[in-house]
Amino acid sequence: MLNKSKLVAVVLCLGALLAVAGCGENDAKATAENKLSGNITAVGSTALQPLVEQAANQFMGGNPDVRIVVQGGGSGTGLTQVVQGAANIGNSDIFADEKNGIDAAQLVDHQICVAGMAAVINPNLNIDNLTKQQLVDVFSGKVTNWKEVGGQDQKIVLVNRTKSSGTRATFKKYALGGVEEATGLEEDASGNVRKIVKETPGAIGYLALAYLNSDVKAIKLDGVEPNKENIAIGKYPVWAYEHCYTLGNPTGATDAFLNYLLTDDVQKTLVPQLGYIPVTEMQITRDAAGNVK
Amino acid sequence: MKITSDTTGRVLSTGAALVTILLTLAIIVFIATKGLSTFIINGVPVKDFLFSTNWFPDRPLEEGGPQVGVLAFMLGSIIVSLLAVLVSAPLSVACAVFIREIAPFWGQRVLQPAIEILAGIPSVVYGYIGLSLLVPFIREHLGGLGFSVLAGFLVLSVMILPTIVSMSVDSLRALPQEWKEAAYALGSTRWQTIRIVLLPAARSGIITGVVLGLARAFGEALAVQMVIGNTRKIPGSILDPVITLTSAITMDMGNTPMGSLWSNSLWSMGLLLLFISCLFILVVRFVVQRSEMSQ
Repeated sequence: MLNKSKLVAVVLCLGALLAVAGCGENDAKATAENKLSGNITAVGSTALQPLVEQAANQFMGGNPDVRIVVQGGGSGTGLTQVVQGAANIGNSDIFADEKNGIDAAQLVDHQICVAGMAAVINPNLNIDNLTKQQLVDVFSGKVTNWKEVGGQDQKIVLVNRTKSSGTRATFKKYALGGVEEATGLEEDASGNVRKIVKETPGAIGYLALAYLNSDVKAIKLDGVEPNKENIAIGKYPVWAYEHCYTLGNPTGATDAFLNYLLTDDVQKTLVPQLGYIPVTEMQITRDAAGNVK
Repeated sequence: MKITSDTTGRVLSTGAALVTILLTLAIIVFIATKGLSTFIINGVPVKDFLFSTNWFPDRPLEEGGPQVGVLAFMLGSIIVSLLAVLVSAPLSVACAVFIREIAPFWGQRVLQPAIEILAGIPSVVYGYIGLSLLVPFIREHLGGLGFSVLAGFLVLSVMILPTIVSMSVDSLRALPQEWKEAAYALGSTRWQTIRIVLLPAARSGIITGVVLGLARAFGEALAVQMVIGNTRKIPGSILDPVITLTSAITMDMGNTPMGSLWSNSLWSMGLLLLFISCLFILVVRFVVQRSEMSQ
């Protein structure tokens, strides 16, 4: 029962050890004047973790005196730790304002990239487009058979993420207009959602675009295909920023690293490789309340 | 020289014992402070927490405010683990009898090692096998989604088999050889000896094994979570998906900010689990004590 939290504790201890070890090295090597040095801990969103990890490795390659430790734990953990000052960077899938119990006023938001999300269905269903209203009806449980929205006679099986998931929060807000989802299967990882949707007849779920492959069928929303181009110009509404939060304005190595995340080195290579949309390519912006500019 | 090594030994073992006690106490205190804050700080009535099925930890105030009822999770845990014990206990006792009485040679050289291997398989492997084989099998041959109470308790019943078998084997082994000989001398068949003499005499060890198996089933999270579908509703049949306390905790724990009602209520569920496993341990102690008294 406590296995996961024990693991977290061990990881934190190791992180602290590394940090201490790092300090020692820095003191010894602090010769060059304008060289960056220091330790950065980035904690939070597991969706953003691979991107930050790979960017951190590249960054440390160019700045040998900087040590960056990237940990998962989830968006809630990231936001909590950065508010408490336990981490330098808190990674989150959602705006800090949207999370209850987080004092967002203290935090500074750095938007790194955009993750699009699509409703996905079992590949054997003969549907490839739903209107927004149909999608709401399906997820709210008003419609329980695919034949009512133009498909074959097949019972609808909802596959949700857990309520605390950033993907679910985004999907609920922008695809379902805030309507409460009916109870369905619930999974805590996108990989599991994909497996279940692929194998269960009549299943529908939602995934970040990075998780799409031929196992499942992504459906159009009001005739608009969920892809990078449609999101960048604001035609497809179901997407979210991936945020790196800092407590107050970042300084030193943390500031340099956050700036590095926005350079072409990361935005033009790593970001698209991992299935995200570079924030530099977005032609629109959106605030926490969902207002598009 | 002898005194020094004696003292060192005593200091070391006392130290180790103290560390264990302190660790246990620290864990209990930590879970209790976190878990009780749902009721003390957030002011959720204990009755609503235990006996409501409304789980809306993030509902805004204007729609009625958050609600954290865990009845569905608790019932899910109870149903799945009781059914697992119901399947596993008879099977395990039969295995133990086979190992000790029917075929000691094969039993102790083949069956017992096989069961010990079962105990060593990590729970994620059980879950993965359940997800890849059992779930599609149930979906295609019995109907429903495959993710079900049935899949959950079948996976669990295999997982708790080693616990019950090894406790039962040990308690059968502890019986005086003379009892068996006396039973045979009185003209009992082997089956009568097992049924009328050996099993009743080994009762307390077998019951302890069953309760420990139940406790293990109750606390298992990962394997169960992978095959039960995690639907926050009380199941209507064994083919319906279900959710347990443990899977409700692991699914949300990373994404809930520390100190929020949501996170606190996850800790309260942990406290509830701790409370229930304490209850199991008390039952075991009671059974053992009573059998010691009767001997």
